[in-house]
This record gives sequence, C-alpha cells and structure tokens, in this order.
Amino acid sequence: MSPRPTSPPPPLTGMKANLKGIAWYTVLIGISVVFVAPLVWMLLTSLKTTSEATAIPPAWLPAEPTTRAYQTLFAGGSQTPVLRWFLNSMVAATGQAIVVLVVASMAAYPLARMKFRGKNVIFGLIVGTLFVPGFVMLIPNFLMVDRLGWLDSVWALIIPGAASAFGVFFLRQFFSALPRELEEAALIEGANAWQIFTKVILPLSKPGLATLTVIAFLTNWNDFIWPVYVLFSPEKLTLPPGLATLQGAYTTDYPVIMAGAALASIPVLILFVVCQRYIIEGVSRSGLKG
Amino acid sequence: MRRSTPYLFLLPYVAIFATFTLVPAVYGIWISLHDWDYLLPGKPFVGLANYAALFDSASPVFDFFWQSMEATGIFTVASVPLLIVAPMGVALLLNRAFPGRTLFRAVYFAPYVLGVAVIGLLWRFLLDPNLGMVNSLLGTDIPWTTGLPWAWISLVGVTVWWTLGFNAVIYLAGLQDIPRDLYDAARVDGAGRWAEFRHVTIPGLRPVLTFVVINTILASANMFGQSYLITQGAPGVETRTAIMYIADEGLRSYRMGSAAAMSYFLTLGLLLVSVIVFRLFREKDK
Repeated sequence: MSPRPTSPPPPLTGMKANLKGIAWYTVLIGISVVFVAPLVWMLLTSLKTTSEATAIPPAWLPAEPTTRAYQTLFAGGSQTPVLRWFLNSMVAATGQAIVVLVVASMAAYPLARMKFRGKNVIFGLIVGTLFVPGFVMLIPNFLMVDRLGWLDSVWALIIPGAASAFGVFFLRQFFSALPRELEEAALIEGANAWQIFTKVILPLSKPGLATLTVIAFLTNWNDFIWPVYVLFSPEKLTLPPGLATLQGAYTTDYPVIMAGAALASIPVLILFVVCQRYIIEGVSRSGLKG
Repeated sequence: MRRSTPYLFLLPYVAIFATFTLVPAVYGIWISLHDWDYLLPGKPFVGLANYAALFDSASPVFDFFWQSMEATGIFTVASVPLLIVAPMGVALLLNRAFPGRTLFRAVYFAPYVLGVAVIGLLWRFLLDPNLGMVNSLLGTDIPWTTGLPWAWISLVGVTVWWTLGFNAVIYLAGLQDIPRDLYDAARVDGAGRWAEFRHVTIPGLRPVLTFVVINTILASANMFGQSYLITQGAPGVETRTAIMYIADEGLRSYRMGSAAAMSYFLTLGLLLVSVIVFRLFREKDK
C-alpha cells in the first residue's frame, strides 16, 4: 500500500498534552480489553476442569491447569472426530485458496489489460453478483452439487465457493494499476500473452496475490451455513459444522467445547498475526470502489 | 494476440461462475415455480402458487415465514445503525499518527477473523443464563439466550463485537483518502471539530459510507449462525431468522420450491432497500 497522508493530529504540548495522551490510551486500551478478554477466556477455560469452568464466582486463571479437555477432544470417537475435521478444514481451505488464485488471476488479466468483444457484459455480470445475497444460491447450488455427486464430499467445499466475484474484482483492480512499460517491453521481445501473464504480471502482483490467498483461505475456513447443509457424515465435516455438533455432544462440558473453539481459532489467529498487513489491505480495498 | 486469447484466459473462471452462480440463479426461479419436494419423484409445476402462499394467511408457511421475516427485520433495524456508527467512532479514534496504532487496529479487527461457529460457541457459554461469565460479572440472572428482549440484545451485541473491526478498517482507509489540505482549509476558515466532521469528513467518506451501509444491511439480513448457535431460535421461534427458516424449509424439510420462492422474495426486498440507500446517498451529491 502506498503511504497515504494521515489527517493531521493537532500538535499537543505541555501538561495538557500529557493528560490528553493518557486519556487517549486509556480509551484505546479499554476497548481492546472488550475485544481480547473473551478470546483469552476461551483459551483459559479450555485448560480448566469442568467444575472450575462454571465455578461462581469465576476465576480467570485455572487453579489446576489440565489438558484433560484437549485429550477428550482428540480422543474424539466416531461422532466427533475433531482431528479429522481439522484436516478436512485444512484441505478445503487450502484447496479453495489455490483454485481461486488460479482462476481469478487468469480471468482478471484480460479484464484488466485486453480489449475484446463482450468484455463489459462479462465484467458487469461478475460485479452484479457482488450484491446478490448468498442465501439465494443455497437451494439451487445444493441441487447442482447433488447432480455432480459432490454432496457430503470435499469438492462441494472447494469448487462452488470459487465462483465468488471478489477475487476477480480485486485482482482486476490490482492488475490495472500496474505500469505498462514492462509488458510492452516483453511484447517487443516477442513474448506471448501467457508468457507476459506468468513472467511479468504475476511476479509484479505478489502482494495482491498474497492478499487474495489469505482472504480466500479465511473465508473458506470460517464458512458455516454451506457445510452445515451439504455435509452429513461425521467424518466429512469441517470444523465449523463440527463445532455445532460438539456443542450438542458435550452440552455443558465447557472446557471441551472451548478447546474445540480454540482449535478452530488458533490457525486463523496465527495467520492473522503473520499476514495482518495483507488481510487489512484486502478489507480496506473492498470499500474503496463506492 | 489471437482473438481467442482473452476468452481462453477467462474460461476456467467463467465455467465455475456459470455453473455455481448464473445457472443456479435461473434454476432457483424455475424451482420456485414447482412443488419441488427433493424426496419425491414428481415435481409438479404450480406457477406462482409458492409466492401466493406467502401472502395467504391460510397457508401452512404464512405464520412461520412472516415470523422469521420479522425476526430478520428486528435484527437488521437494531444492528445496522450500531454497526455504522460505532466503527466510525473507532476509526476516528485511530485516524491519527501515534505509537501502537497498527497494534490497536489489529486487536479491534481480531474477532472478525474468527468464524461465526467459534464466536457463537464462545458467547453461548459467556451468556449462559446459569453458568455464564456475563451474568456473574454483572451479578444478575438475565436470560440472555432464552428470554426477550434479552436474546435480541445478545445477538446484536455479539454481532457488533464480532464485525465492528471490519467496518472500522474500511472507514479508516476511507478517512486516509481524504486530502489533508481540506482539513487545513477548514481550520483556516475557523471550523471547529464538529463543523470539520460535518463538512469535510462526511462528504469525503460518502462513497465508502454507501458501501458500508449497503454491505451491512445485506450482512445483517443474511444473519444465520448467531441465532443458530447462540439462541437456537429461542424463545420459541422468536429469534429464528428468515435465512434459518428458508434453510430449514428447503434443506431439512426438503420443500425446496417453497423455500426458493421465499429466498427470491427476500432478495427482491433487499434489492429494493439497496437501491433506496444508493439513491439517498447519491441525491445528496447534487
């Protein structure tokens, strides 16, 4: 992201400035506690005994930390094979991120850089679906997936979601902003469109491609309503519908339920910490087309 | 460049897009015109009967459908203003240069990277009327997940907690695109903080604001997971949203024709709302 001028903070001086500064940080830290405390509570609860998890008054730190909840969780059983769900989620989210990356970048290139008949119609159709609410597709797509024999399989999780318009839209904007000189130089040297795409456009677009990959992975990892309805067998579930099952199976054994929630959170929280710049960048841009 | 080149590049995406967006969009309308029971071999054509049933108080779906529409309406009306105003406040707080700015932005955004399943389970536990942390902190025994209006307060509160960072990040990017000389000019003219916000910030944010409003309305009208996991529609079916009912009707009871008709009806309504919002924001441009 190019550095942008930030709207100016009024220069503060002296005691008044110090007091203001303290009040400022107090507010910011106060808000932070509201956002972070529930997540910390989730992790701490997963390390407590069942009785301690619901003790009144509640204690923040587990008096006798135990990994009992995680052992129970991983022992699983045929109705709640949590490690299997974790693996399914990984395969689906990685698979979809790869498919999105390939098909969206290929589609975005001609839309950003070539002139051809039907371009506006195709782009218009793709953009138009950005404003179609997802639930309309739920029932017809269930039947499409059924026809393809993909119900209760990982294909239902990888392919239909790759139709999302976001990737094409996002990368088209990214490609359009690239300088044309390198492309023209490659053209003069006799490179064909595929060579220009793979040797010039893609290497120049690494930040954009990284952003899209991370966002596609996160979206798929967190998807809830679709897997709830297209997956049936316990061993086929991903973590989100699995967690709903877990809530039913362990009802008030909160350490186990929180351990499940933690298991689903940790990979995305790590991804967020490592790729924060890309995620925030992707989200920032989604609002800037107006 | 060969004439076919751009089409070859587009082919893989368009194949997926056509199969899982264009065809289903039309297929759904076709389904809605039939008595389409997934489990039965015959799917007789019934014309607009599925749509008519939504307005016929004697039909079996009438009460449940409008109950669920009301639930979605209550949730949308209660959550959208909060989700537009609160993130704006946070974005304004963060819109200045100070040490730790990136860290705070990341912290506020963090819940959004977790899925609805995680936050649903987490808050189901925190809000538990008997064993939950929220009641013990407040020293109350409020039925957060089982009584009214508490269930709505919970669902709206959790949603604000979960998605505030998303809108805040979008606002923040918009704020940073407002040229700073506009602020300088306002200050030279002797504008106070409020006048500055009213006459520089808000007009500068208009395109972003349009996006945020429409996107937030669509997201709230799409609400599913929070109710599914936190209240399970309780009390009774009071907090069962339209999407929950449509999914139940179409994908659990397999009455797909009826469910498809409901989803198109709701989409039409949302389209109308989006157009109105869009117009409202455009009008002011003149």
